[in-house]
Amino acid sequence: MATEPISEEVVGTCVDSHGSAIGMPQLCFDWFPNQIFWLVITLVVIFLVLSRVALPRIAAILAERKGTITNDLAAAEDLKAKAVEAEEAYNKALADARSEAQRIAAEARAEIQSGLDDAIAKADAEIAAKAAESEKAIAEIRAGALESIQVVAKDTAAELVTALGGEADAKAIDSAVDAQTKG
Amino acid sequence: MATETTAAEGSSLVFHPMDQFIVKPLFGDGAIAWYTPTNVTLWLFLAILAIIGLLVLSTSKRAIVPTRMQSIAELAYGFIYKMLEDICGKEGVKFFPYVMTLFMFIVSANFLGLIPTSFTTTSHFAVTIPLALAVFLTVTILGFVKNGAGFLGLFWVSSAPLALRPILAIIELISYFVRPVSHSIRLAGNVMAGHAVIKVFAGFAAIAAISPVSVLAITAMYGLEVLVAFIQAYVFTILTCVYLKDALHPSH
Repeated sequence: MATEPISEEVVGTCVDSHGSAIGMPQLCFDWFPNQIFWLVITLVVIFLVLSRVALPRIAAILAERKGTITNDLAAAEDLKAKAVEAEEAYNKALADARSEAQRIAAEARAEIQSGLDDAIAKADAEIAAKAAESEKAIAEIRAGALESIQVVAKDTAAELVTALGGEADAKAIDSAVDAQTKG
Repeated sequence: MATETTAAEGSSLVFHPMDQFIVKPLFGDGAIAWYTPTNVTLWLFLAILAIIGLLVLSTSKRAIVPTRMQSIAELAYGFIYKMLEDICGKEGVKFFPYVMTLFMFIVSANFLGLIPTSFTTTSHFAVTIPLALAVFLTVTILGFVKNGAGFLGLFWVSSAPLALRPILAIIELISYFVRPVSHSIRLAGNVMAGHAVIKVFAGFAAIAAISPVSVLAITAMYGLEVLVAFIQAYVFTILTCVYLKDALHPSH
């Protein structure tokens, strides 16, 4: 653009014959009406596009997003409450089951205990009966044994007296043996 | 200013830093009337297309989980909406389409201007002055319509000592009328300066020994210009919000 010659018409106060600027093109008032005219058109078009289409649309998008976020947060809050509820129910069921299990265990333990007690009592009674019987038998045997000893001692004493050449006095021997065995 | 340099040197070193700002007709070489489609028209319309692409096409799916482009659109929306609400309060929200239009136009035009060989519409006072004047007129008219004569309280600093108030009123009045000037020149000046500096560095690239430095400098400047493109749009918008706040709540 610098060197190619341009038509005389354009060469005015702002551009020299080589097409270069004379001074500041910003201060060339010949061009002002043109620039202002197109600027006004541009601004009006931008204003109409923004105020009719772009800005309401963006505002709607932002509002919709805000609404969606609020809804989602509320839904999340709901779900959280539900989760807490479910956890509580679960814990309650768990506690119930645990106490039930404890109850069943205690019942079983009590049942077993009573059975055991019965059996022990029965066994104790049997043992006591057997012990009494045995004691009785022992006492009989002991009494029997004492009598036998006296008989044997009297017989032996009579035999001894006879062997020594004496006359066995039955009464004397009895009394002597009795005295000895008692002592 | 560029032409004198070229004429004097006559060598390979050619500086035309301001040529990128020349307004040219799109078709033919005729004179530029107010209705002629020019490169200004082209790049303004490309800005419209960029805005439609970013804010309309990207949101056409209305996705709850946004795509990348939709996120950018939503970010831009939230950024400006929050800025306006923070500064002007709830009342300011009805000016949101207006402020958003300004921001989206400036930011798109600035970034489109960063494409090599493009035309930067926002580097022209003819573009930024109407923008700033529109804000100035909106604020002034709105201020008087909403507050009546109470809008003049903006210039009457009731917290200052009584003796100082007339002097402060004059200063406030001057600063009020300087607003559109600084508002427009800040934007155009920043954008124009950056682009011109890049062009100057590019001119130096013709010398083989300096060209690596020149390319590095262009890269650095380009990075800075990306920053400036956004920041100037941001500054223009936030100042618009601050001026609007004056109209809505004129008390100091």
